[in-house]
Amino acid sequence: MNITEYFELLFTDYTLRTITLGTAVLGAICGMLGSFAVLRKQSLLGDAISHAALPGIAIAFLITGTKDSNILLLGALISGLVGTFWIRGMITKTHLKSDTALGLVLSLFFGFGMLLLTFIQKQPNANQAGLDKYLFGQAATLVESDVRLMVIVTGIALFIMLLFWKEFKLLLFDADYTKTLGFNTKLIDVLITFFIVLAIVLGLQTVGVVLMSAMLLAPAAAARQWTNNLGTMVFLAAIFGAFSGVVGTAVSASQNNLSTGPVIVLIAAVFVLFSFIFSPGRGLLFREIRFRQNRRDLHLKKTLQFMYGIAKTHENSSHPHAIRILNNFHGFTKGTLRKLEEKEWIEISGQQWSLTSEGFTEARDLYNQQKKDE
Amino acid sequence: MEQKIAIKVDDLTVAYNYKPVLWDIDLMVPEGVLMAIVGPNGAGKSTLIKAILGIIKPIAGSVTIYDKPYNKQRKLVAYVPQKGSVDWDFPTTAVDVVMMGTYGKLGWIKRPGQKEKKAALEALEKVGMLAFKNRQISQLSGGQQQRVFLARALVQNAAIYFMDEPFQGVDATTEIAIINILKELRKAGKTVVVVHHDLQTVPEYFDWVTFLNVKKIATGPVKEIFNDDNLTKTYGINYKVAVNK
Repeated sequence: MNITEYFELLFTDYTLRTITLGTAVLGAICGMLGSFAVLRKQSLLGDAISHAALPGIAIAFLITGTKDSNILLLGALISGLVGTFWIRGMITKTHLKSDTALGLVLSLFFGFGMLLLTFIQKQPNANQAGLDKYLFGQAATLVESDVRLMVIVTGIALFIMLLFWKEFKLLLFDADYTKTLGFNTKLIDVLITFFIVLAIVLGLQTVGVVLMSAMLLAPAAAARQWTNNLGTMVFLAAIFGAFSGVVGTAVSASQNNLSTGPVIVLIAAVFVLFSFIFSPGRGLLFREIRFRQNRRDLHLKKTLQFMYGIAKTHENSSHPHAIRILNNFHGFTKGTLRKLEEKEWIEISGQQWSLTSEGFTEARDLYNQQKKDE
Repeated sequence: MEQKIAIKVDDLTVAYNYKPVLWDIDLMVPEGVLMAIVGPNGAGKSTLIKAILGIIKPIAGSVTIYDKPYNKQRKLVAYVPQKGSVDWDFPTTAVDVVMMGTYGKLGWIKRPGQKEKKAALEALEKVGMLAFKNRQISQLSGGQQQRVFLARALVQNAAIYFMDEPFQGVDATTEIAIINILKELRKAGKTVVVVHHDLQTVPEYFDWVTFLNVKKIATGPVKEIFNDDNLTKTYGINYKVAVNK
């Protein structure tokens, strides 16, 4: 199946449609909430939470013995929240820095989860196979009820976000100040964190424990490059996330052996890379172009200014002078001379140059402006 | 006429991990003064402000604003944090940051509207930043960022202003602009408390001063207590400062 066939099938094939819709909604909610995580400098929190969710899945299976994804995800949610509170507790109650706390919880919970998984696999219970799909995700296992849950949670998250938009923004920018204004910062904080945990847990089945944090961060990091407005950033991140989900599913469905989670993450990474290079305001490419342009302008102005200094001493400002008296030190190159001529600031005849009246005015204004700046 | 007490601090003690940062601070700030808090690094100047504002939880002590507990008087108090305490690369504009000053009065959920926007623009004009209202905040200079913070506090239209090193890292023009605004606030009967580092300018800028080094060394009118004796007690070395009397 190639990509075009895939998109034709999308409208007729029930399974494909379910999976595509699921990954799109997942991408959108992750992008949305990921923006908050990125702006709070809690990028790694997502990684710790997703790893912390693993033992919850295993324990939920051990207790209930079912493979119902809703129950397993409930377990994931609980252990993800426990992990989050441990991290917070460690940061506030001990001298440990947040990166240490995150690393500790991540490896501790993940290790425990892996231990439980291997234990489950050795059990003589035919039902066990398939739990390890939560490690790397398996979008193909998404069914309609999973997607419905995703849509409902995304809707609630969107509603809460719009309702508390002002409070979220304030807390993200300046937490101390938020407190002095009389807002309960703990409540806002818990709300944001709870929804981040929820988004992560929703994505475990599709993208898996290991790659989940990329789903959260990549769309947000890409979106930040294109805008200086929080609302636009959140919106763009949701779009990028949804798009990564759809394209990732399409690519993996049309190439038989590619699993969906990693492909989605890679597509999201392409967004990031593209944004880092090509975004007009913050991108590397345009920054380099601007830098070179400024340098060229500076060269030009330097030469013009030097010429002005010479021309000023003559009664006739268009009196010709030898090109030889200009040198590199004054920013002079053949190129700058040609540019100056193109702008009709100077005239060149043979080995001589002379300022035109426009060139003279331009140089004088430049000089005055510089003096004013000082 | 008996002066009203704007801020009263009783037995305030703050500790980070057993080490006291502030020890048993008693403080009374009369209404309408422009007060500097001075002291060496680590003396607890910022901590004092933060503890008064409830950002840091003290181990002991109480704070009253106009004879009522601080919690009930929040709307009378505005805060200008240190410029370095936030990430200026946050995706927002100058006017948006100033508008945050209106959020406290708005309360939960309610969105700022035209009235709040107008107040924000007026505050930006007061600090001479109106031309930069739609500028992304990371593209402002340090002095301009400080002015935006000041405008955000002005929008709160409070009775008492706490400022944490508003002159840190700003050029002379901005410093003069800021101090003029502070003096205007005092003229309007507001009380202003400023964590300040430059001892040379204390007599020129302020009329009230508190010396702090974990304990409160002295507090009172600059004319009476800003002297070498108190400076030496606070800074621990024989401090000679050129006080022009």
